[in-house]
Amino acid sequence: MRFGVVVFPGTWSDCDFHYVISEVLHQPVKYVWHRDRELADFDCLVLPGGFSYGDYLRAGAVAGRSPVVEALPAFVAGGGVVLGSCNGFQILCEAGLLPGALMRNECLQYRCQSTHLLVENAETVFTRATRPGQVLAMPISHGEGKYHVDAETLAALRRRNQIVFRYCTPEGQVTRAANPNGSLDNIAGVVNEEGTVLGLMPHPERAAESALGGTDGLVIFHSLLGSLVEDGSFLKR
Amino acid sequence: MRFRVLVRLKRGILDVQGAAVQRSLAGLGFGDVRELRIGKLVEVDVDEATPAAARARVDEMCRRLLANPILEDYTIEEIEGERLAAREPVR
Amino acid sequence: MTAAEPKVTVDLARGLGLTADEYDHIIRRLGREPRYTELGLFSALWSEHCAYKHSKTFLHRLPQHGPHVLQGPGENAGALDIGDGWAVVFKIESHNHPSFIEPFQGAATGVGGILRDIFTMGARPIALLDSLRFGDPADPRTRRLVEGVVSGISWYGNCFGCPTVGGEMAFAPEYAGNPLVNVMCVGLVRTDRIFRARAERVGSAVFYVGNKTGRDGIHGATMASAAFDEHAEERRPTVQVGDPFTEKLLLEACLEAMAAGAVAGIQDMGAAGLACCTSEMPARSGTGMDVELARVPQREPGMTPYEILLSESQERMLLVAAPGREDDVRRIFAKWDLDAVEIGRVTAGPDLVIRLNGEPVACVPVPALAEAPRYEPPFAPPRGLGELHAFDPLSLPAPADYDDALVGLLGSPTIARKEWAYRQYDQQVGINTLVRPGSDAAVLRVKGTRRAIAVTTDGNGRHVVLDPRRGGALAVCEAARNVACAGARPLGVTDCLNFGSPERPEVLWQFAEAVEGIAAACRALGLPVVGGNVSFYNETSGQAILPTPVVGVVGLLEDAAQHATQWFKGEGHRIALLGPGEVSLGGSEYLWARHGRLAGRLARQDLEVERRVQAAVQAAVGAGLVTAAHDCAEGGLAVALAECCVSGPARVGAEASVGAAPRADHALFGEGPSRVVVAVEPGRVREFEALMAESAIPWGWIGGTGGERLRLNVGGVAVVDVALDRIEQAWRNGLERHLA
Repeated sequence: MRFGVVVFPGTWSDCDFHYVISEVLHQPVKYVWHRDRELADFDCLVLPGGFSYGDYLRAGAVAGRSPVVEALPAFVAGGGVVLGSCNGFQILCEAGLLPGALMRNECLQYRCQSTHLLVENAETVFTRATRPGQVLAMPISHGEGKYHVDAETLAALRRRNQIVFRYCTPEGQVTRAANPNGSLDNIAGVVNEEGTVLGLMPHPERAAESALGGTDGLVIFHSLLGSLVEDGSFLKR
Repeated sequence: MRFRVLVRLKRGILDVQGAAVQRSLAGLGFGDVRELRIGKLVEVDVDEATPAAARARVDEMCRRLLANPILEDYTIEEIEGERLAAREPVR
Repeated sequence: MTAAEPKVTVDLARGLGLTADEYDHIIRRLGREPRYTELGLFSALWSEHCAYKHSKTFLHRLPQHGPHVLQGPGENAGALDIGDGWAVVFKIESHNHPSFIEPFQGAATGVGGILRDIFTMGARPIALLDSLRFGDPADPRTRRLVEGVVSGISWYGNCFGCPTVGGEMAFAPEYAGNPLVNVMCVGLVRTDRIFRARAERVGSAVFYVGNKTGRDGIHGATMASAAFDEHAEERRPTVQVGDPFTEKLLLEACLEAMAAGAVAGIQDMGAAGLACCTSEMPARSGTGMDVELARVPQREPGMTPYEILLSESQERMLLVAAPGREDDVRRIFAKWDLDAVEIGRVTAGPDLVIRLNGEPVACVPVPALAEAPRYEPPFAPPRGLGELHAFDPLSLPAPADYDDALVGLLGSPTIARKEWAYRQYDQQVGINTLVRPGSDAAVLRVKGTRRAIAVTTDGNGRHVVLDPRRGGALAVCEAARNVACAGARPLGVTDCLNFGSPERPEVLWQFAEAVEGIAAACRALGLPVVGGNVSFYNETSGQAILPTPVVGVVGLLEDAAQHATQWFKGEGHRIALLGPGEVSLGGSEYLWARHGRLAGRLARQDLEVERRVQAAVQAAVGAGLVTAAHDCAEGGLAVALAECCVSGPARVGAEASVGAAPRADHALFGEGPSRVVVAVEPGRVREFEALMAESAIPWGWIGGTGGERLRLNVGGVAVVDVALDRIEQAWRNGLERHLA
């Protein structure tokens, strides 16, 4: 599977994703500069964490209007998949490729901590290797991760099964105490209607080696690779 | 032409910063604050032929970048004859 | 230039912080009166901050050499060889005064400054540590400072993308008017790719890169001078504002330009900005520089040469291009949306020539700027030290309830867990962090090798005020011991020496003694000091801070997998205490937290025993013989054991016994050097005992792990018996409770 890791000015999880994809998963991977529009070489694009353009206006706002992001709808329409983590999720929401928006954490402070995620939808290309109700441990590191959508959109997200991950206790209970940022309905990650674009606030690349505290993040990559091997379902090109 | 854009969270969306500042003010004896909202002020100087064209341009900036329509609304005010940089800060 | 320059007089020089003698010295050196801009250059370059006028003589006492040293003091940062072609680059620096004026931006720009020191060496920063001291948290002003400083560090480090992995936070009333914000940064670079702040080749282009220059941070003394007031249309704040996003771009652009071979030398524009870089870079290389200020990118109109030279706007560098590679410099910085403007050339020297629109406004021999006068004013011990030493802590009443005493100590702001702060810091970006904040030292892997480094900072002002020499040595020993507890071999030191005014004999005495102590400990442990910073004048209305040398240590693990953490891992492990038995309540956290007293004598220290204990712990961790290792520091043995029980992912109880003592509080809370608690699985006891015998250190078994309580016996009498739940509540929530 050919991965591209997108680099915006101010991105900092780019090297971490690159390392995990090449050194842990042994998959081909290249960096993609934010001014590039030519994406034909890739099957999966990763929008990593960081503070693109300093997040000075709003997290992800400026990057959400960059050339590479403008090229994403065509990339997805052509069978590509997109994974946005942390700032990548914020960018995808700002660009309108995912519903909702990410606001300042309810505690008004940055939070770097481990979280547990309940898998709500195990049918996406990003979660096929999980089972529904499975709990994954992945850290977060953000100041603006409080997910918000209006009531109507929330209902639609539920109806279409677009909510993929919710913050939960290690035992899988979705509680207020397990919600690190005040996200609506404990939402940690969502997909688009087609299930080809995933955004999540946690960092799967930081949960990819046991020496660093866990490997639950790899399940997202294993799902992607498995989908490719099994039926090439998202590779329509 | 100069414009002052005020970007605020939409009514009904919890303004956590505003709530925190309101609590702090109450702690300082300003318990009579009924409502407090925090927003962003953007001052823009645009070069357009007519005021209407300039305002339309600023409106487009708001829609495309300065405000997030899911969370925020905005107001645009023209600043007449006033140099932005020369304003005396209070204090 | 529009406004007339102030007339240069001795009074003006005084207003800029120079003495009358120094002013005469300048006239002799130049053979004429200096011009206004030239006086500004001297005032900045001859300031204590830049010239170390009062400290240089003493700093030469510190050992600076060793087999691993690739770069000692005098550059942007020090560098040590860690094998496999890699070097670790590190330095600690203070940002105390700016943080008191504006805690958020002061701390943030402190982080920014030290990051630049690391990446100007060609290294990618991989870790930050913050050593913080504040006044009593009961004071709302202190709480505001703590919140501002921590969020400033969080904002800058997180946005830039360098993990904050350690540091300390301690509280004492002496810091109320002068908080300490010391920041250490560690980076990695290939040993053959280290860059230096040099301007070697005559004719090379000198580039200004990074943010534009504004009036930020221009010396406060200037603003206050009457002569300047008349011409100043508007007063500007002198607070510098950080821009971590631009800093991140500057990092990537610098490393890319270096990798492309386009850079010959580079220096951060830190204190005294452009003035400092344009004189220090040629001074190191025996050259000169010719610089045109009109080309310097400026954020504000109408800046004078004086202001442009002395501005401390952040996120700027001075770069000397490799010959013929000027276009590559421009191209790479343009790619990262940054200014890169050629502002001058390296000359044969000896003069630094500063021009405005071609007209020289300053022409000064570089060596004159670089060679500030040195001072060796008299120093003498403070009066009253004898009385402090004569105090017997055992004259105070013993606790009626030792459970309460221990729980109270665990919840005190200095000892309580610091998660409130470090959960606001990204601790993992870069995916190297094997041990996160909350153990004795952080451990980071070196990708592409089997190695890892361990890093920590330490320093205890109460120890130093009672006995500066021993206190200085203890700071080095404890930091090195922390690194050894993680399983690493300590390799080198960086120090940040925070003191009051050196013009007071007792402060200078504290400084001289502390430096002697640091030097002695470094020699005994074989540790070179490769860089650091002196911060004097930390006092308000004659009240100086506790003398606080903060020591940062970097250690090396040959095998990243063989590291240890401080918490107990399971039941049924045996607990040993390594090191000498002697402790003292003099200067202890217990004496302060419980009785509000700062007095007494410190326990004696044997540096050879210290060295052997560290080697023994490191060997035991390296051989996989211990499941936990924790240094006994503030709060003594009882606090160390309590932390072993509750600081890990799962709580583990313990019972331990120590021999008869003058009093139980002395045995449990007394502090002494060279002491480490370790846990050993039953199956490894024999091997462990053999290793200890070989190490020739004092040690003994004191108990075992298990259960849901911590039980401590002194001389056969049960003294402490507390549920872990109570311990954990007090320790985990202590800081937040004090800050609420």
